[in-house]
Amino acid sequence: MSEDGVAAAAAVERVATRIEAERDHLTELDSAIGDADHGGNMARGWAEAADAVAELDDPDAATVVKTTGKTLMAEVGGASGPLFGGSLVFAAAELDDGITAESAVAFAETYLEKVTDRGDARVGDQTMVDALTPAVHTFKKSIEVDELSPLDALAKAVAAAERGVAYTVPIRASKGRASYLGWRSVGHQDPGATSTLFILEELLAAAETALNTTAPESADATSPTIPDEEA
Amino acid sequence: MVGLVVVSHSARAAAGIAEVAGEMGGDTRIEAVGGDGQDGLGTVPDDIETALAAADEGDGVVVLVDLGSAVMNAEVAIELSGVDAVIADAPVLEGAVNAAVTATDPTATLETVCEAAEAARDVDKT
Repeated sequence: MSEDGVAAAAAVERVATRIEAERDHLTELDSAIGDADHGGNMARGWAEAADAVAELDDPDAATVVKTTGKTLMAEVGGASGPLFGGSLVFAAAELDDGITAESAVAFAETYLEKVTDRGDARVGDQTMVDALTPAVHTFKKSIEVDELSPLDALAKAVAAAERGVAYTVPIRASKGRASYLGWRSVGHQDPGATSTLFILEELLAAAETALNTTAPESADATSPTIPDEEA
Repeated sequence: MVGLVVVSHSARAAAGIAEVAGEMGGDTRIEAVGGDGQDGLGTVPDDIETALAAADEGDGVVVLVDLGSAVMNAEVAIELSGVDAVIADAPVLEGAVNAAVTATDPTATLETVCEAAEAARDVDKT
C-alpha cells in the first residue's frame, strides 16, 4: 500500500469536507462580485472527486491527484474547472515518484504556472493567483533556502496564502468575471483566492496527520493513523 | 485535410454553427461540441478531446471557441489530446465558415486554415 497515496486520498477527503462546510461562505463571496456559483460548483466537484478517489484500487499519489483533477475538470463549471482541475492533472506528473520535499516544490511550481498561464492572470489581478503565488514562493524558499521541514514550509505557505487573500480585498479586479465590475470590485474578497486558502489549510492538516507530528490523539479511535510498516 | 472543432457553451449553438459552416465547407470534417454534459450550459474538456480525435484526419485541427472557460477547456483538451490542434482567435461562427471553406483547398494547411478563420475578425456587416 502506497503511504503517499493514502495521505493524498485523505487530503482530498479533507478538502471535500471543508469546501462543503464553506459552501455558503464561498457563494456569499461570489455573489458580491460574480455569479454566486463558486460554493456550489466547488462543493459538488470536490465531493465527486473524493468519491472517485475512494474507488481507486491502491493508488499512488500521482494517480490520486490526477483523478481529482480530471473529476474537477468534468464537474466544476466555469473557469474553476480548468483552473483548479486542469492544473492538478498536469502537475500530478511531478509526483510520479512519490511525495518528497523536492517533488512537492516541483508540483507546486507547475500548478502555479498552469493556473497563471491558463487564466493569464498575475499577482494583483484579484484572483486565486494572489493567494497561490505567495504560498508557492514561500514554500519553495522555505524548503530550498531556509531548509525548513516540509511541514514547517507548508505552514508558512498557508500563512502567506492567508495574507494573499487579505490582499485581494482592497484591490481592483482585472481578470475573471469580477473585472466587469471595475471599481465596484474594490472592497471584496476574491472567492477563488479564498477557496485556494481553504484547500491549502486542509493540505497542511492532512500532511500533519500523515507525518504524525501533531499532538497524539490516541484516545480518539476515529483518528486515522499510518501503520508503521518498518516495525 | 484539416479538420474543425466548434466549441460553444451551448451544444445547440455549436451544432448550429457547424451546420452553417458545413453548408459552405463541402467535405471539411466539422465536429460540434458543447454543454456541461448535464443538459446545461458549459464545456467539458473530455468531450472536446473526443471531438478533436474525431475531427483529426492527420493534418491537424483548427478549433473555434465562444467565450471564457470554453477557451480554457479547449486549451486543456488540446494539451491532453496529443492532436495537432490550434485555437483560432476568431469570432466563432464567421471563423468557422471561413475555415471550412479554406480547408477544402487542396493546398490548405493548419496554418492557412487558422489564418482564414482569424481573418473573419475583419468582416464588415454593414
